[in-house]
Amino acid sequence: MDLAFVFTQAITQAIGVTAIIYLLATMGLNIQFGYTGLLNFGQIAFVAVGSYGIGVFVIYRGWNLWTSILVALVLSVILSLILGVPTLRLRADYLAIVTIATGEIMRLATKSLDPLGGSQGISGKMGDDFYALNPFPEQDRFEFGPLNFSRNDLWVVIVGWIVIALLLLLTWALMRSPWGRILKGIREDEDAVRSLGKSTYLRKMQALVLGGLFGTLAGIFWAVAKQSVQPDSFVPDFTFFCYTILILGGAARVLGPVLGAIIFWFLLVFVEQMLIGLVQGGTITFLDTTQIGPIRFILVGIGLMLLMIFRPQGILGDRKEIALDAR
Amino acid sequence: MHRGATRLVLLAIGVFAALLAFGGVSHAAGPSITAVVTDADKAPIPGVGVTVTSADGFSGTGTTDDEGMATVPVPKSGKYTVTLDEATIPDGQAVKDGPERTVNVLTGDKKVLFPVGVGDSGGGGGGGGDGGDGGASGGSSITLSRVLQLVVDGIILSLLIALAALGLNLIFGTTGLTNFAHGELLTLGAFTTLVLNAPPIGLNILIAAPLGVIVSALAWGWGQNQLIWRPLRRRQTGLIAAMIVTIGMAIAIRYTLLLFFGGSPRSYEQFAGQPGVEIGPVFITPKSMVLSALAVAILVATVLWLRSSRIGKATRAVSDNPALASASGVNVERVIAVVWTLGAGLAAFAGVFLGMTQNVIWTMGQYLLLVLFASVVLGGLGTIGGAIVGAFVVGITVQLSTLIVPTELKTAAALALMIVLLLIRPQGLLGRAERVG
Repeated sequence: MDLAFVFTQAITQAIGVTAIIYLLATMGLNIQFGYTGLLNFGQIAFVAVGSYGIGVFVIYRGWNLWTSILVALVLSVILSLILGVPTLRLRADYLAIVTIATGEIMRLATKSLDPLGGSQGISGKMGDDFYALNPFPEQDRFEFGPLNFSRNDLWVVIVGWIVIALLLLLTWALMRSPWGRILKGIREDEDAVRSLGKSTYLRKMQALVLGGLFGTLAGIFWAVAKQSVQPDSFVPDFTFFCYTILILGGAARVLGPVLGAIIFWFLLVFVEQMLIGLVQGGTITFLDTTQIGPIRFILVGIGLMLLMIFRPQGILGDRKEIALDAR
Repeated sequence: MHRGATRLVLLAIGVFAALLAFGGVSHAAGPSITAVVTDADKAPIPGVGVTVTSADGFSGTGTTDDEGMATVPVPKSGKYTVTLDEATIPDGQAVKDGPERTVNVLTGDKKVLFPVGVGDSGGGGGGGGDGGDGGASGGSSITLSRVLQLVVDGIILSLLIALAALGLNLIFGTTGLTNFAHGELLTLGAFTTLVLNAPPIGLNILIAAPLGVIVSALAWGWGQNQLIWRPLRRRQTGLIAAMIVTIGMAIAIRYTLLLFFGGSPRSYEQFAGQPGVEIGPVFITPKSMVLSALAVAILVATVLWLRSSRIGKATRAVSDNPALASASGVNVERVIAVVWTLGAGLAAFAGVFLGMTQNVIWTMGQYLLLVLFASVVLGGLGTIGGAIVGAFVVGITVQLSTLIVPTELKTAAALALMIVLLLIRPQGLLGRAERVG
């Protein structure tokens, strides 16, 4: 087995397109769950709004990418309002149930309604407006030591990390502002915040909208990078992977999701490639390569359980700052 | 804390060892392909010739038996082409989507469905969809008989939901835990019964099912509470943390089942292709009727037990106020253990019910989970009557919605109903108002 290959694969994934998509979505969850204590289990719904916004408007309507992005972001705000109005006045678990249900409604709807692509999804050159801006010289592969990217991937990854850096800066600035302190106050003791004359309902709604916008950006990125939108990519497990990333890195920390996403994808790909290598090399005989896919999900599930039980603050967090109890 | 850790590790090792052992056995049985040929009413068609070929020259044949199934053993895993002999299909009928299928066989038995129908209207893939059952397909006209059929299907689905939702609500009521792994209790029940029913053990389903339900109640209900939730309550783990733990557990259980049993739907050895009977305008299989009657009996017994027995009253006391119940001499931990056992048992029966009327697949509980939540939220979180009322509202809505929306969207209809109701009556139909923010 080629250990160097396994390592390169793992590192490429840890900073690659998939990690960026999950990271953006997780940063949204960090605002909602980490800072405000809102249990959004349907981040995938916001991601789907982004992806399908691009797919439907660019491919089916023929709009340009930038208008489509704008419209997708507006739709994301509308979705937050629809979710927030009935649930934000209720106990935490209602939001959890309604958001996870919304994610499924979106998946089933896109799967069965042909104007939204149906079960085939939408494929096509939906990212062309973005790739046209690619400043790198025309060549097939770009190599950086052991890592190598295609021209388009390199452009996506670089823009992705720049966007992430800007949003991290925004999160950091917001969370040290009075507005951010109210969010944290809501997480710690909502009644106390209300008794100070602040509208907690309004602030929770704002946190939901902002976190949802991050999720929608993740979806937009997904559509542009993969140039295809498939309904069955938008399963509830996506959100739970994000929770694992968030808790691993440390919730309520600006850099928590970044650290979480890089470590999560590195470990996941590393373990997967190791297992594939061992099976193909004949070291492991009781598995075949098709069984490795499930194993990585099992590891994520058990990892999430153990993290939540033994180290809910993750790597960077502070145990006192995590919303662990329902109100 | 360290005891808790050791227990968790032991549990994980135990589960893996058990499943590995079973996985080993199922490998030894060797791969095979089973073609299932059914007519428009889902009744089996015997005597249809089936040919299985592969690119590397393997060829095997079989003929469907009285249950409409023909099993052809294949030498190894790989891609195979399954072809029906069209000459042996009853006159004037055609196989939906053509008589040829290409399948990927991994381990164990791979079922290939061949629905045979006369002039069916479009409407897309029927088999193996999300959650629900077949019922009426295609035709878009709303007729009385179709409505009646859907209501009957809806009642059957409601009973199934009520069984599982009752446990979900009891666990929520006594411990405050929103159990996102409750769907997996259902799946585990169905698979436990499958293990008892499938070849190595091979018990008849009439013995395997009750045994499976009892084993599930003890292992996956009582055992789960003892190994995971009791230690976590002692550590004073918060409810949100516990909720996220259930999510991790749901993912781990689901993919463990996928790993060892494969992703294709399985069915029990007996009553798999039972033909339906017509009662007036309604079409129903005898097994659904028996299972529904059993479900009604179990639901009534459970509700009576909760109302009148000592431990049942204690359960309701703990639901109302655990601290007060504890102070009045109720053994709260004992009540919770009973509730977990009962909840898992009810869910396991629902799983067997679903497995017998449709099939056993690793995602069966996952798809039902949101419908369960919808019915529990509709009825009122934590109320016992609410779980049952909500189940009927949701079950019948799901089936009747197919009159208007595409079949794939029927679950979405129930979920949308839940969200709308939350806007109007947040505490649910039978719940008490509780203002938080």
